[in-house]
Amino acid sequence: MVPNQQPVASSKSLPKLAVWKFTSCDGCQLSLLDCEDELLSLADQLDIAYFMEASSEIQEGPFDISLVEGSITTPADKERILEVRRQSRVLICIGACATAGGIQALRNFADVEEFTRAVYAHPEYITTLKDSTPISAHVPVDFELQGCPINKNQLLEVISAFLHRRPPQVANHSVCMECKLRGNVCIWVAHGTPCMGPVTHAGCGAICPSYNRGCYACYGPKENSNTGSLCHWWLEKLNVENTLTIENLRNFNPLADAFKVESEVRERDGRT
Amino acid sequence: MAGHSKTIKVDYLARVEGEGALHIDYDDSGVQKVQLKIFEPPRFFEALLRGRDYLEAPDITARICGICPVAYQMSAVHGMEDALGIKPSGALRELRRLLYCGEWIESHMLHISMLHAPDFLGYPNAVAMAKDHPEVVKNALEIKKAGNALVRLIGGREVHPINVRVGGFYKVPENRELTALAEQLETARDLAEQLVIWSSTLPFPNYEWRRDNHYEFVALKHPTEYPMNEGRITSSKGLDITARDYENYFEEEHLAHSTALHCTLKNRGAYLVGPIARFNLNRDKLSPRARQLAESLKVAAPCLNPFQSILVRSLEVLHAFEEALRIIGKYQKPEEPHLATKPKAASGCAATEAPRGLLYHRYDIDKNGKITVAKIVAPTSQNQKTIEDDLRLMLPSFMHFPEDKLRGLCERAIRNYDPCISCSTHFLQLHLNNGQGQSS
Repeated sequence: MVPNQQPVASSKSLPKLAVWKFTSCDGCQLSLLDCEDELLSLADQLDIAYFMEASSEIQEGPFDISLVEGSITTPADKERILEVRRQSRVLICIGACATAGGIQALRNFADVEEFTRAVYAHPEYITTLKDSTPISAHVPVDFELQGCPINKNQLLEVISAFLHRRPPQVANHSVCMECKLRGNVCIWVAHGTPCMGPVTHAGCGAICPSYNRGCYACYGPKENSNTGSLCHWWLEKLNVENTLTIENLRNFNPLADAFKVESEVRERDGRT
Repeated sequence: MAGHSKTIKVDYLARVEGEGALHIDYDDSGVQKVQLKIFEPPRFFEALLRGRDYLEAPDITARICGICPVAYQMSAVHGMEDALGIKPSGALRELRRLLYCGEWIESHMLHISMLHAPDFLGYPNAVAMAKDHPEVVKNALEIKKAGNALVRLIGGREVHPINVRVGGFYKVPENRELTALAEQLETARDLAEQLVIWSSTLPFPNYEWRRDNHYEFVALKHPTEYPMNEGRITSSKGLDITARDYENYFEEEHLAHSTALHCTLKNRGAYLVGPIARFNLNRDKLSPRARQLAESLKVAAPCLNPFQSILVRSLEVLHAFEEALRIIGKYQKPEEPHLATKPKAASGCAATEAPRGLLYHRYDIDKNGKITVAKIVAPTSQNQKTIEDDLRLMLPSFMHFPEDKLRGLCERAIRNYDPCISCSTHFLQLHLNNGQGQSS
């Protein structure tokens, strides 16, 4: 299923954009509507052909760019993502659910039947998959924009890059770099506050340390993150309980490799 | 209270966005059955919260809804504080109200300008509407932007704020940071006033079908304030209880036709939460400018026309700006950003007013602060039965409409409620069944 590289002609002669939702909170597609200053000019450059959150005008595919929010959690989702891929020249995943399973992927480490019984009076009415999985587990994707929620400026950059057929300029360094750029005093070094900043992907602008709290890794792992070393420091130098360390690896991006693998190591170590 | 939490609704209702379906059974004598089917995939928040630290509740529950994360955070921290027996007051309490004002503004404006207004003027979306009504849409985006600026300053970012903590905040703003926002808020407030006047001129459909079937309006009531974070749960038919009594008076039902639970008042049935319910029970507590405008536009309470929810939302936006400016005018930075918190085995409840209506949370935590039980009832599940009732009462007069027009009318009636399903503006698959098993 290699994406078709030919541009799609639109009736309005503008590239056609589609926004798709799978299992999610809607926050990432909302980031597009939060572009109060750019929304109308964006609409001049793109034909917003399918965006259920914003428009009842629905055009047929194929689409030049598809933004996909949410993870795959139902049999119907599994079918629909194949169709979305078939209809899309470029498929971009937006947010932690689409790129790393989202908070709902905590079920992957538990018993989903027990979850269903705990929440529903009639579990037999519920159809759901055992796991919540990222989009890339099902179809090839062209770009993944991390974050829970994504940063709207990064989203605009990604859309603009694909419109102009150039690589997106999305920094893949750590939150620490953003923290330094903001001129913050390191809350870990100065106050001993546990912080996920060293292993977390940039994009939020280091807001948590700027608000006097440790980063909780909602942007997922940075490129080549050394989560093992970070967890060692948390446990040995900051006396953070093993369970809290695991919780910080398993929250909004629990299936991102660097977090998933390390959380499993920590879980195993905690038992021995 | 642990142990009887079987019929619990999860988050999905907070954003029933995506697909829903409406099934209508009818025969010669009229409409027999109306079922609004909602099949948002379950996300199991109430189950996955178990075992997590009590301090994580506001961060995790925020992820239930990207459109109203502050509502979830406010209910979560108040629930936890109820359990721990602490009560932030003074400037900390005011800052929470200020943050909630920001969310009311941006969330209401999203619904008003992008989802609801195009309905009245016959456009598929706000972008198309902007071509003919550029000033209305640009001003609406400007108002929304001011709400987002408020949430960003107090909460750190617009979607899923990071600064909300059990006991208060991680960091509180400097006086100058708030006063620097005042000018933008004043400008946006004046635009909001124009918006109220504009929305009062929209062509509202009549509501004859509701004249003899009044809603039971349910909203918080506070002695001196238009309700946001606190108050007793009251109704237009005499209910007057605390949040701790919620589960004694309200119950949830899991029906086969919808993954969304239906919440009803025990022995009484459907009720209505949201802006119209708040307005009808608290009109006298609106800010002076919003109250005067409501009077001059003859928006009386009770407002019984659900299509006027856009007008009431606009009034609440104006109110939220005035409230925000009042809080900023009096603000003195508190000495500590939060009260000290120490976990103990306890149970706590809270109800707050999300933009879409009453939101109820209950938590049990153990001595180490780990959550053992979580229960969350979102506004949409509380309104779902009322939405079905609205359709059931409304449809007999319109069954002669062609299918497209009928579907459009049903969508509009549902969108009045701003259930999260309204996010998808064209969500309805309409199935008509004439009693002989034939779909038309």
